[in-house]
Amino acid sequence: MKRIIASVLTAALLASSPALAAGKGYLKDHDFSFDGMFGAYDQGELQRGYQIYEQVCAACHGMKHVPFRTLGDKNGPGFSDAEVKAIAANFEVPDEEGDPGDTRPAKPFDYFPTPLASGNPPDMSLLAKARAGGPLYIYSIMLGYTGEEKEVGGAFLYENKAYGGYFGMAQPIYEEDVEYADGTPETLEQYANDLSAFLMWAAEPKMVERKQAGVWSISFLILFATLVWFTNRKVWAKVKHPEDHA
Amino acid sequence: MGTIPQEHYEPKEGTTAKWINDRLPIMGMMDHLNKFPTPKNLNWAYVFGGILVLFLVIQIVTGIALAMHYRVGEYSSFASVEQIMRDVNYGWLLRYAHANGASFFFIAVYCHIFRGLYYGSYKAPREILWIIGVLIYVVMMATAFMGYVLPWGQMSFWGAKVITSLFGAIPLVGESLKVWLWGGPFVGEATLNRMFSLHYLLPFVIAGLTVLHIWALHHVGNTNPTGVEVRKQSIETVKKDTVPFAPFYITKDLFAILIFLIAFAFFVYFAPNYLGHPDNYIEANPLATPAHIVPEWYFLPFYAILRAITFDIFWIIPAKLGGVLAMFGAIAILAFAPWLDTSNVRSTTYRPIYRWWFLVLVIDFFVLMWAGGMPAEGIVPLVSLLGTIYWFAHFLIVLPVVGLIEKPLPRPETIEQAFNEKYADKDDADRGPSGTAAAQPAE
Repeated sequence: MKRIIASVLTAALLASSPALAAGKGYLKDHDFSFDGMFGAYDQGELQRGYQIYEQVCAACHGMKHVPFRTLGDKNGPGFSDAEVKAIAANFEVPDEEGDPGDTRPAKPFDYFPTPLASGNPPDMSLLAKARAGGPLYIYSIMLGYTGEEKEVGGAFLYENKAYGGYFGMAQPIYEEDVEYADGTPETLEQYANDLSAFLMWAAEPKMVERKQAGVWSISFLILFATLVWFTNRKVWAKVKHPEDHA
Repeated sequence: MGTIPQEHYEPKEGTTAKWINDRLPIMGMMDHLNKFPTPKNLNWAYVFGGILVLFLVIQIVTGIALAMHYRVGEYSSFASVEQIMRDVNYGWLLRYAHANGASFFFIAVYCHIFRGLYYGSYKAPREILWIIGVLIYVVMMATAFMGYVLPWGQMSFWGAKVITSLFGAIPLVGESLKVWLWGGPFVGEATLNRMFSLHYLLPFVIAGLTVLHIWALHHVGNTNPTGVEVRKQSIETVKKDTVPFAPFYITKDLFAILIFLIAFAFFVYFAPNYLGHPDNYIEANPLATPAHIVPEWYFLPFYAILRAITFDIFWIIPAKLGGVLAMFGAIAILAFAPWLDTSNVRSTTYRPIYRWWFLVLVIDFFVLMWAGGMPAEGIVPLVSLLGTIYWFAHFLIVLPVVGLIEKPLPRPETIEQAFNEKYADKDDADRGPSGTAAAQPAE
């Protein structure tokens, strides 16, 4: 019976992993700083990743669930108040006090706007959780372009190994497109790593708090379970071995 | 209260407990629960009932807190879930605990159901106890399905559409029934609203059924791994076969609960989206059908059965209706197990033939789970069909026939005897052949 229960549990977990069904695309092998039980976001990566988002992605992709103020989170990019204000002011949002169609520079309490762009580019707030493979998918897409393209019905499609076929978006970024102030190498791999990290943070801003809480919770549960185990043994001892307790 | 003789509750004269108990016998009920004579030989397969009660509480508590922040609506549901995740204090914990809580609730309920099937917990006099359990499982499935719709992601929307469309397969009234369920001509705001309303209601129906389930359990008493009943002649014989629930099963169940919670916490804190589907982080879009619509893992075996019927049955039942009937039938058939099983031996431990068939049933369950999660192409439809055939054959053929032809193994006379033999053997092994080593402390 015990063996049956054990196999029931393992098999349930194995059989139930739709996230593994990644389709025909091919994902790269890459270790992120935030992988694993103790992995946390790297502030430098997030800030550089944000830079790529602002200079490259934001032209087409919005992040409507992410407020500017969270860019200052200490477990996130950790920009200063002044930096957050300056970043927000780079974006135009609808002005609720003006005429319809009027815009104003964004404030920290606003959310990243959705730009008008053709081809329905997906919102990036949750992109790192909305694809099989998560941030690794984003990383692989950025590095997956083969350079092949084809025209279908007037639209250009671009071959991408991570997508496993022809993809709607042209290669968005090349080496040395974005200038890093901190001297980090401006390679495509580095860009892909930094942007994936930033988008993972955008999708899961409480990950660091979550993992920290997890370490405490599980440590407590293990300690409590150990105490209960010995308590239970002691409680049952007089029933299982009555002759020792006569 | 029950059929098992138990010491009567006698509060001391002049105490508050007596004053209360004379007016409402709640003190007596608590005393009954504490001292409830529970077979002393229950193994670890019997811990899931307690785990299920805890998970019902976890789901209701986290659910009520989530409902305080959730704003139901076609244009607000998805965004409000994101606000819960980002702006509500520990909102991420509430939501991940609730979503993974559903999965762990089902892991526990499947263990509980298969334990019941293995140890013959459905047999007389526990038929009603078992049927209430099947009802709880059905309401759980409905609740989980509706809860999955609420974040209004792509899988929420398309899952809701696929499952509610099933009712359209019912002859004559199907189309009208479907529109009535949707609250309009399509899955939209009205559908989402009623799912939320019912998702809040049904857990309390489960709680009510759980009270009946436990009431029935306390009337007839637990089964146990030997399948031999507690000797109910007198309090003295009962005491030989049982221990009071407290403290013996409080500590044992608590330990099991904590181990289960460690696994649960691992998912909540370190892999919160592993059991979910990435498409549900894309907001519902009626114009974009996902490449591959799959329900949550705990529905997969029955989803496979639904898809297994790809042909008209007897030329009169169309394939779609056949699939719907097979799916609901596969669940409903559980309720008939007490009458389909012809064996008078309760525990599968003593059934040398049936135990293999039981193993096949468990394997079949996982094969169907696998098939339900795969796109219906290649070998998958055939596997689903064979799995479905076995599922029904198990209950309709194996259970009645094996019971008639099988020669059961010898069973212990009493629970006491089985229990003492087990620990006597262990004691001998611990102490060596003389059986005295442990009695002498190390020098």
